[in-house]
Amino acid sequence: MSYRNRELANLIVVAILTGLGFASVFIARQDVISTASLTYGLFFLGLYLVAHVFTRLAVPHADPYLLPLAGLLTAVGVIEIYRLKPSDALRQSLWIVIGVAVFGAVLLLLRRDYRKLENYKYIFGLGAVFLLALPALPGLGQTINGARLWIHFGSLQFQPGELAKIMLIVFLAGYLREKREVLAQGRLKDLGPLLVIWGAAMLVLVETKDLGSALLYFGIFLAMLYTATARKAYAFSGLALFVVGSYGAYHFVARVKERVTIWLHPWTSHPVPCPLSGHPALRQDCQSYQLVKSLYSIGNGGYGGPGFGKGTFTTPDGHQLIPFLNTDFIYSALSQELGLIGSSALLLVYIVIVLRGMRLAILAEDGFSKLLAAGLTFGFALQTFIIIGGVLRLIPLTGITMPFVSYGGSSIVANFVLLAGLLLVSNRANAKAAGA
Amino acid sequence: MNDQIRKLTVAAVVLLVALIVGTTYWQTWAAAGLRDKQDNAIARVAQFTIKRGAIYTAAGTPLALNRAKKVSDQTFYFRRYPNGNLASDVVGYSTQARFRTGLEESENDYLTASNAHLSTVLDRTLDVLKGATIVGNNLVLTLDAQAQRLAIQALGSNCGAVVALDPVTGKVLVMATSPSYDPNLIERDYPAISRIQANCRPAAPLLNRATQGTYSPGSSFKLVTAAAALDSGTYTLDSSFNDPGYCIEYGKKVTNFSDQNGPEVFGQVNFVQALQHSINAVFCEIGKKLGAHVILDYARRFGFYAIPPLETPVSERKPSGLWRNSRLFFPKHDFQVDNGRLGFGQEARLLVTPLQMAMVAAGIANQGVVMQPYLIDRIVAPDKSTLQRTKPRELGRAIEPQTATDLTTMMEAVVSGGTGTAAQIPGVLVAGKTGTAETGVAHVNTTWFVAFAPADAPRVAIAVALENQHGTGGATAAPIAKTIMEQLLRRPGP
Repeated sequence: MSYRNRELANLIVVAILTGLGFASVFIARQDVISTASLTYGLFFLGLYLVAHVFTRLAVPHADPYLLPLAGLLTAVGVIEIYRLKPSDALRQSLWIVIGVAVFGAVLLLLRRDYRKLENYKYIFGLGAVFLLALPALPGLGQTINGARLWIHFGSLQFQPGELAKIMLIVFLAGYLREKREVLAQGRLKDLGPLLVIWGAAMLVLVETKDLGSALLYFGIFLAMLYTATARKAYAFSGLALFVVGSYGAYHFVARVKERVTIWLHPWTSHPVPCPLSGHPALRQDCQSYQLVKSLYSIGNGGYGGPGFGKGTFTTPDGHQLIPFLNTDFIYSALSQELGLIGSSALLLVYIVIVLRGMRLAILAEDGFSKLLAAGLTFGFALQTFIIIGGVLRLIPLTGITMPFVSYGGSSIVANFVLLAGLLLVSNRANAKAAGA
Repeated sequence: MNDQIRKLTVAAVVLLVALIVGTTYWQTWAAAGLRDKQDNAIARVAQFTIKRGAIYTAAGTPLALNRAKKVSDQTFYFRRYPNGNLASDVVGYSTQARFRTGLEESENDYLTASNAHLSTVLDRTLDVLKGATIVGNNLVLTLDAQAQRLAIQALGSNCGAVVALDPVTGKVLVMATSPSYDPNLIERDYPAISRIQANCRPAAPLLNRATQGTYSPGSSFKLVTAAAALDSGTYTLDSSFNDPGYCIEYGKKVTNFSDQNGPEVFGQVNFVQALQHSINAVFCEIGKKLGAHVILDYARRFGFYAIPPLETPVSERKPSGLWRNSRLFFPKHDFQVDNGRLGFGQEARLLVTPLQMAMVAAGIANQGVVMQPYLIDRIVAPDKSTLQRTKPRELGRAIEPQTATDLTTMMEAVVSGGTGTAAQIPGVLVAGKTGTAETGVAHVNTTWFVAFAPADAPRVAIAVALENQHGTGGATAAPIAKTIMEQLLRRPGP
């Protein structure tokens, strides 16, 4: 079977799963929602078919699993968002439509040779810096939950960091491809750029007050630097620098300190000062309220979980039990409804995407493609780890999104761009292999 | 670069596998700990999506059932207690607002089908996979509904408790406390419960006085002293005593119980008569002779100095013994205790629960062996099959069979012609002991009656305790004990 026919078969399986997911929510909650839920299944089938037409036209030799897997993740996300707040699901679906449109546009634009992007690497680098700086601008930037990661035009909110991440990866792929020999020699003066980027990550950290974003950008940088130069010393000294920087931030940025404290001691047995109310309170009733409630949600899932639509998120009189379920804590909602079996399956989807992404990085022939694919894939994995790891209390909690699943427009669009990038690299590598 | 990419792949997969490990931790190892956190509202609400098991008395009178309520998308099962205050302090409550107490709390795992029995685990897992409502296991208690109701009526507006045990098995046949409350009000109208009034202040209707009420035992404790006196071989039924009407303690006269004519004086008596008429002076002498150690050792054999075994939450049971600074206190030396007053049950620090005194009576009735009291006869799965039936278990031997026989003789004398004649049941031999404990306020006593019947083949052992009484144990508590024993003896035999 050809790559694209395989993709089509996979997409049909995913569409059936999507339909079943919506049907399950519909059955569990038929008192409050209409049969409109069932049309979502059809809608997704149509949307995947459109995306499939794009891949057929632009990247006929690309990996046949990535698009269906990403489709599955978006569907799981929309099903859960729909279950939590039907009105948000409609907006999320619109963003997915936009995401698929951008996906198609990127594929069609770059279908001949995406490698020309390498020529514009500095523009991408500057663009990334510009986007990252946007939330800092007064009047444009917006602080949500204590982190300055958003900008807004009118009623539209946007997280520029998501696109900045991809631009940074394109820049690094180009820059490191060019400088890898020099950097690999490890002369002291060549370490300059490393220090500059470390400084930039620290600035991002202080600026956005978000440890997760800084860790994400810097982690991607270190991973790509290591891939390009094969020098472990860079990776480890970079990590050491990051730890030192974070330690400094812990002392000088109140929010970072707060996040770390919440992470280490979410429960207290005695009242502690609570900045939210000004009165002493147990920390689980104050700063770590979200984290603790989210852990309760996960714990309530058990092995099997009750299934889509049957989790406990509100009291019988309609009171919300867990805040920010749609965005930061979508994993704790999914984890409760799907249980250990379902959450593990969901995480396996991420692992498979990562394995496919890394596989095509290995298959790719030129350095730019390899670095691009490895960078995009690693960034995808690291972002997943940072957000879910935060929810699971493996690391301090941060405000970045869960790729393809969380509610949020910028995240969805950026991840479709990432997916398009991977498919472009894959298409070229497979076409070469088939041609040779 | 492929080598580096492979290593990077390993790193990325390790990160994601860590997430699976983390999820596994919270959903398996840590799940129970999270569920028990006080602020875990999710677990609390989620419990109401489970069709909680029902609770019945021995003959099937429902004590706790469910009321299904559909709220937007889910069916919730809230509790209703069709028989109101019948056994409210034993069953407790399970509500959203105030969490749980009583058996509702301690047996929560069975009631919500989260116990570890293989069949329950399988049923529950199947229900979860099918998306069906989880159905909890039912409890069938040992309580006798009619006698329980009678006990609540008899207690009336008094504060106090009644505990009746089957001395041979340890089954709790009656556990009534007064004032009690209607558990349906916990959610609906909590202030109504705090407005409940009774013959004591605070009325504390949420307190299970049968297991949490600690009272001075007064003369009912003479059973323990007599048990120690006989079983240790220090005295026999024929031992003779001279009662001058008082006993000397720390150089001062401690007089016998006084009626209108002043303190009673009995002169020359034997041991049977001493208990029959509850002569303080005699037991004071016995207490001084035996010493606190010997007496309290026997008390311990009857279950004192340990929280009595029972299925209710441990926080709702109190141990009996000497208390000092809110803690149990077992003296190292006899001189730390007022041995004479301990002998007749008026050592000021001696506090006992009605359940403990019922265990004393049951131990004597069961030829010296104290059985573990239990409230749950069996646990029944949703498909009506019995998941678990409680087997009677010995708590331990308190006294030799001969001592028990002797004590029975003495207790029969109390009812046939002593302080406890009000407990006589026509055609049935009753063995009992009265208690009238001074509270420090003149003419206000805690009164007791501790008994078992039939004395020759015991089927019921009982303890009745009443707060703030003006009469004696024989006048106030004995008639209540009689009524309930009569009712319980009407049950078909084993």
